[in-house]
Amino acid sequence: MKEQDQERKKIISVSNLSKIYDMGAVKVHALRGIDMDIKEGEFTAIMGHSGSGKSTLLNILGCLDVPTEGKYYLDDADVSHLNKNQLARMRNRKIGFVFQTYNLLPRTSALENVELPMLYNPEIRRKERKDRAMNSLELVGLTDWSGHFPNQLSGGQQQRVAIARALVNDPVIMLADEPTGNLDTRTSFEVMKIFQELNEKGITIALVTHEADISKFAARNILFRDGRISKVTIIKNIKDAREELEKLPPEDEEMEEEKINKLI
Amino acid sequence: MNLLNLFVIALRSLNKNKIRSLLTMLGIIIGVASVISMLAIGQGSRDSIESQISGLGSNVIMVFPGATFRGGVATAAGSAQSLEMDDLEAIRASCPSVKYISPVARSNGQIIAGSNNWNSSIRGVFNEYLDIRNVEVESGSRFSETDEKRASKVCIIGQTVAENLFDEYTDPVGEKIRINKIPFTVIGLLKEKGQGGMGEDQDDIIYAPFSTVQRRMRGDRQNISQIFISAVSEEKIKLASEEIDELLRKRKNISKYEDPPFNIRTQTEIVEMFTSTSNTMMVLLAGIASISLIVGGIGIMNIMLVSVTERTREIGLRMAVGARGKDILRQFLLEAILLSLLGGLIGAAFGILSSRLFVTIMDWPVTVSSYSVVLAFSFAFIIGVFFGWYPAGKAARLIPMDALRFE
Ligand SMILES: Nc1ncnc2c1ncn2[C@@H]1O[C@H](COP(=O)(O)OP(=O)(O)O)[C@@H](O)[C@H]1O
Ligand SMILES: [Mg+2]
Repeated sequence: MKEQDQERKKIISVSNLSKIYDMGAVKVHALRGIDMDIKEGEFTAIMGHSGSGKSTLLNILGCLDVPTEGKYYLDDADVSHLNKNQLARMRNRKIGFVFQTYNLLPRTSALENVELPMLYNPEIRRKERKDRAMNSLELVGLTDWSGHFPNQLSGGQQQRVAIARALVNDPVIMLADEPTGNLDTRTSFEVMKIFQELNEKGITIALVTHEADISKFAARNILFRDGRISKVTIIKNIKDAREELEKLPPEDEEMEEEKINKLI
Repeated sequence: MNLLNLFVIALRSLNKNKIRSLLTMLGIIIGVASVISMLAIGQGSRDSIESQISGLGSNVIMVFPGATFRGGVATAAGSAQSLEMDDLEAIRASCPSVKYISPVARSNGQIIAGSNNWNSSIRGVFNEYLDIRNVEVESGSRFSETDEKRASKVCIIGQTVAENLFDEYTDPVGEKIRINKIPFTVIGLLKEKGQGGMGEDQDDIIYAPFSTVQRRMRGDRQNISQIFISAVSEEKIKLASEEIDELLRKRKNISKYEDPPFNIRTQTEIVEMFTSTSNTMMVLLAGIASISLIVGGIGIMNIMLVSVTERTREIGLRMAVGARGKDILRQFLLEAILLSLLGGLIGAAFGILSSRLFVTIMDWPVTVSSYSVVLAFSFAFIIGVFFGWYPAGKAARLIPMDALRFE
């Protein structure tokens, strides 16, 4: 495994990355010099207390924000000084982002939500768009729910639609900011199961969480403290989400809810 | 993002807020509808005035006594300010561009035939008048020279007068009628002319020799209140009016630089005068109507601003998955344009409909011209772009992270 790591391509490489939020009176140092790499196929969890700078880092990695200082290479391209439109293109072609609050378009079907990123990619034609969106939904196990609106889906299902949306443009990396933050234990594990399955298919994933038991599903944990990396751990006994789910006591109520949802 | 997708998104977003969209469009609807119907009314009255003036006859020149021309009534005072038979004869004798000439004496009164009676207007004219005005006699005859010389009590009547005085089996020609108690013989019946440009009945008229009306009905021997002249050709109208002007000035000892005590109006001048006033009216009406278009545009801007704020998170998400500022701008701009164009469409329908209503219910002369529809429509489009730009630009400048965090 270790030797393999050396050969793997660096998807993300940041050096001396810092971010200062200028609030006028005070300057918030959200990131104070981050050096880190994420290699192809890796599953990384970024840990840390609230306010330690995890989201700030992930937003920069996701090209949603720009660093105040430092270098950021994404898929061998320097993205630290790109303009707005170039960043938009990067987000569209290289990144799949999953938010804590799902951020699905209301009153828009699951399928159309998944299609959304491809609408901003003129190279993808209508037919291909539908096919790819359906494939993506299949990967997260929601083929039967493609026509449902977000308000007809459970939280876990909505997050799976969001994951399908992040997958659909075939990104070089999936970034997820507290994807299980709004979910209960069982649904969290279900979502983690999907991440693990995707990772097994070779997709590079970095997710932010402050829950220790969620981070144990990832191979590598990076701990943040006050805008710095304080510790990097390679997890030896990576938890398997499928097994963990089986260990959970059966929750009849939830099962019932699922059934009722399916009937609707 | 391609135009079709943008179109679908914009339509959907309008569809999601049907009532709001409709209310927003209301300003544009009212604006476009009123611009179209105002222009239609303006155009209609202009057309009718034009047709009425052209109905005056061919190559007509009118001469009125008096210094000023006020709404068709000439004010006359003193002999130097009057027009007399001598003036008329002089014009006939020495203006080569004049073809026909006739004085007009107007009167009106009650006409009785047997047990029927009717009120109509009577015009005392020369025989030539019928040629100037292109009036044709259907049956019977025109006036003779002796009729004029002797002030004969003969008349030619219009179809409406005939219908009201005689039953359908009686030929009016040769019948006796009384006009203001004076007995007349009907010598001719005019061809039907129908409605004039303003909806008036052109067949409700009686012609009698000028001398008859002037002396027997008006008791006046000297003053002529109006002279109708026709020029030899359309090109000679201006020349004829100059000849008349020169002659009358000479006869009345008025230099070129003084205001003359008479007024010469050519048909072309009258057309120009009326069209210029009706143009001003039209611009004024359309201007007032277009204010509501602008108010409608402000309504669109207002709603689009609300919509941008409401959908800040949506904008943030779209940007997060790869939309550029340009894409967002287009999306909201198209929505604004669609709103105003849809409003324009409904407004145009209402405008045309209400113009039709004016025609059928109020009997107004109304003409919907295609250019007014195009004008109102393009105005609506421009308003959509203009007032949609600011909210759309505001949306496009949002920073994705801020937009996503917006509450
Ligand atoms: N948009 C912002 N403006 C100002 N300060 C911010 C902004 N976003 C984050 N911060 C600050 O930066 C620090 C790190 O925040 P964040 O990256 O969200 O932490 P985490 O995700 O680990 O909880 C915090 O002190 C937070 O208050
Ligand atoms: Mg956070």
